Amino acid sequence: MADQVLDAKGLSCPLPILRTKKAIKEMSTGQVLEIQVTDPGAVADFEAFCRTTGNEMLAQRSEGGTLIFEIRVS
Amino acid sequence: MTENNAKSMSIIVTKGTLDWAYPPFILATTAAAMGLEVTMFFTFYGLTLLKKKLDLKINPLGNAAMEMPVAGMHMAMPNLIAAMPGATALSTTMMKEMLKKKGVASIEELREMAIEADVKIIACQMTMDLFEYNKSDMIEGLELGGAATWVDAATRCDINLYI
Repeated sequence: MADQVLDAKGLSCPLPILRTKKAIKEMSTGQVLEIQVTDPGAVADFEAFCRTTGNEMLAQRSEGGTLIFEIRVS
Repeated sequence: MTENNAKSMSIIVTKGTLDWAYPPFILATTAAAMGLEVTMFFTFYGLTLLKKKLDLKINPLGNAAMEMPVAGMHMAMPNLIAAMPGATALSTTMMKEMLKKKGVASIEELREMAIEADVKIIACQMTMDLFEYNKSDMIEGLELGGAATWVDAATRCDINLYI
């Protein structure tokens, strides 16, 4: 269960990443952020974001037209 | 820049039309969000991106690759039409509407986010003088510098881009 949910639906690159960073900044280590996006480019981008920042991608799935990522804040 | 282990990136920003304003600000804000220390060096037409009030425009004149989606197809504006009075205003309005509709951030928003993320902003002193811009025309918090300032920063950056 996510500690926080970020609705980034309808936003294009780079806004979902920028909003995610903003949300993570307010969270503490170990907490889980769920991000909801509709930008298909987000799959590659969120993996890249996690690789570079060291935050952990816990899960990703697609619900309808929405992509959902769960990231554990490192 | 070398005080911690963060990676770093510099971007030389030379263009100031609505389309060319995007790549540097998108990359700068994203890199900052990914923990990189970012320096942007604005020179020549890129300087207009630092004006307090942005009034960015676009005109497809001479840009044969600029197609706009119209009624399910893509259409380029012929040069002769792009050269007519009002073509710049029309193209700018169309582009801005399209950006908004697709959920793309405005340059104003991206610039604000770059500043919030502590992106270091350097304005080229020589071009400021050349085009007779005053520091008071520009946003707060920028530094003035020249080629040596960028070269010095670039030697310590992992990524250096010219846009």
